Amino acid sequence: MRFWERLGRISPPLVVGLGGLLLWELVLRVVQPGGFVLPPPSEILFSAVENREVIWTAVLSTGWIVITGLISGVVIGVLLSVAVSWYRLADEAITPLAVAISAIPIIALAPIFNAWFGLLSPRSNQLVVMLLVFFPVFINTTRGLTDVPLDQIDLMRSYGASRWEITKEVRVPNAMPFFFSALRIAASLAVIAAIVAEYFGGRQDALGPLIIQNAGLARYTDAWAAVLAGSAIGIGLYAIVRALERFAMPWRAAVNQGIEG
Amino acid sequence: MTATRVAPAVEMVLVSKVFNRGKPNEVLALDDISLSVGQREFITLIGPSGCGKSTLLRLMAGLLDPTVGEVTVNGKTANQARADREYGIAFQTAGLFDWRSVQQNIELPLQLMGWSKRDRRQRAREMLTLVKLEEFGGHYPRELSGGMQQRVAIARALSFQPSILFMDEPFGALDEMTREHMQTELLRIWDETHTTVVFVTHSIPEAVFLSERVVVMSPRPGRLFAELPVDLGARDFDTRESPEFFERVTAVREALRRPDGVE
Repeated sequence: MRFWERLGRISPPLVVGLGGLLLWELVLRVVQPGGFVLPPPSEILFSAVENREVIWTAVLSTGWIVITGLISGVVIGVLLSVAVSWYRLADEAITPLAVAISAIPIIALAPIFNAWFGLLSPRSNQLVVMLLVFFPVFINTTRGLTDVPLDQIDLMRSYGASRWEITKEVRVPNAMPFFFSALRIAASLAVIAAIVAEYFGGRQDALGPLIIQNAGLARYTDAWAAVLAGSAIGIGLYAIVRALERFAMPWRAAVNQGIEG
Repeated sequence: MTATRVAPAVEMVLVSKVFNRGKPNEVLALDDISLSVGQREFITLIGPSGCGKSTLLRLMAGLLDPTVGEVTVNGKTANQARADREYGIAFQTAGLFDWRSVQQNIELPLQLMGWSKRDRRQRAREMLTLVKLEEFGGHYPRELSGGMQQRVAIARALSFQPSILFMDEPFGALDEMTREHMQTELLRIWDETHTTVVFVTHSIPEAVFLSERVVVMSPRPGRLFAELPVDLGARDFDTRESPEFFERVTAVREALRRPDGVE
């Protein structure tokens, strides 16, 4: 029973996705045979399998940038939002600064960061990812920590709860859904940021250089295979975030099955 | 110990509350309120929206400080009484924490008071029995109906057996049938636990049905219009249809409409 329910839930996107790929394949085979700018999906997949070792190395290399950048950005974002929710002074000092940083086109700084850390150092790429991830996490988590119904705060005060207890028992759980929707956005942003930053420098065995080199040599199918690997990182991260979300907020899963009475 | 028992549950002397003092949007919310609530009394505060009855309750609870005047609860300042957990409180929104099961919600005040896990569990079970939700301890609040959530909120407010229960329009969001059922339940709980109840509402029949005394408030700034004793004795299903009940309802309605004092 559960199996069929699950299948029912995932089948519509599956049908649309596979149908789309089939159409893509057919159009390129029938309408534009021998076309190479946009290769058919079967060839991309074939190239990915053929170049699996290079691609796997690149996935590990880029994946490391994504994970480290993501984690450091999330940690900084969360710490600052806790500070901001606790101290008015911190709010006044940090929030405008964070907004200002978010207005900078961070990716455009990649060449400058390369100059700071050295052209082949992964540090610049990590920094780009971190700065890009930090902002949505900071803004959303702050909102979740501060947007608590007054009744709930008053209730805690009526129990004589300390500020720390109110944070732990009310503000943090209240911020969870906000934090996780930010994390979902941040995860896909991190992959994009890492690959684009790699176009400008950093380790040369990563996905960014792989895409650039192949595209430069007109090996578009191989370039597409590298892009495919990039999306795989994004989808994998998204799945991990969703799993964490379900683990961290079991009460959300229970809500869909209400009881009347 | 004896001293606190002899003192009234709540005592307000010439209390006024001004919001946004000295700013352009300054509001006089409550003006010259003096009120005494006896131990084990059930008293209702009634008045039109915006008359400051919720503010009055928050002053009693020590969640707001009066601008002028004095509030004592069980012989202590309201703030001290709050720190000593002299009262439990329930709001219109049940205010349950979505991330805690029903049982854990009821345990929360006990947990903050440092009770052991075993004692907490034991007491939460007793409270669930009191509000007739024995089977729902493991559920999350949002799985329950509005009336059930309010019952959990009452169980939580009473879990540490405070001598006073403050209630701010707790049944305001419920449908009429659930509401009447909850009123009967509340009276049963009041009777079983010997708690003082201060109940805020804008429903006249609710005020009359529940309380021993109805305090009528004027529109802003909130002042006390009248205090009407409601001597209906023990309430049951027939009370709502008795001529005495309607007499009291009319009396409260007329007190609310009293022309003097209205700006």
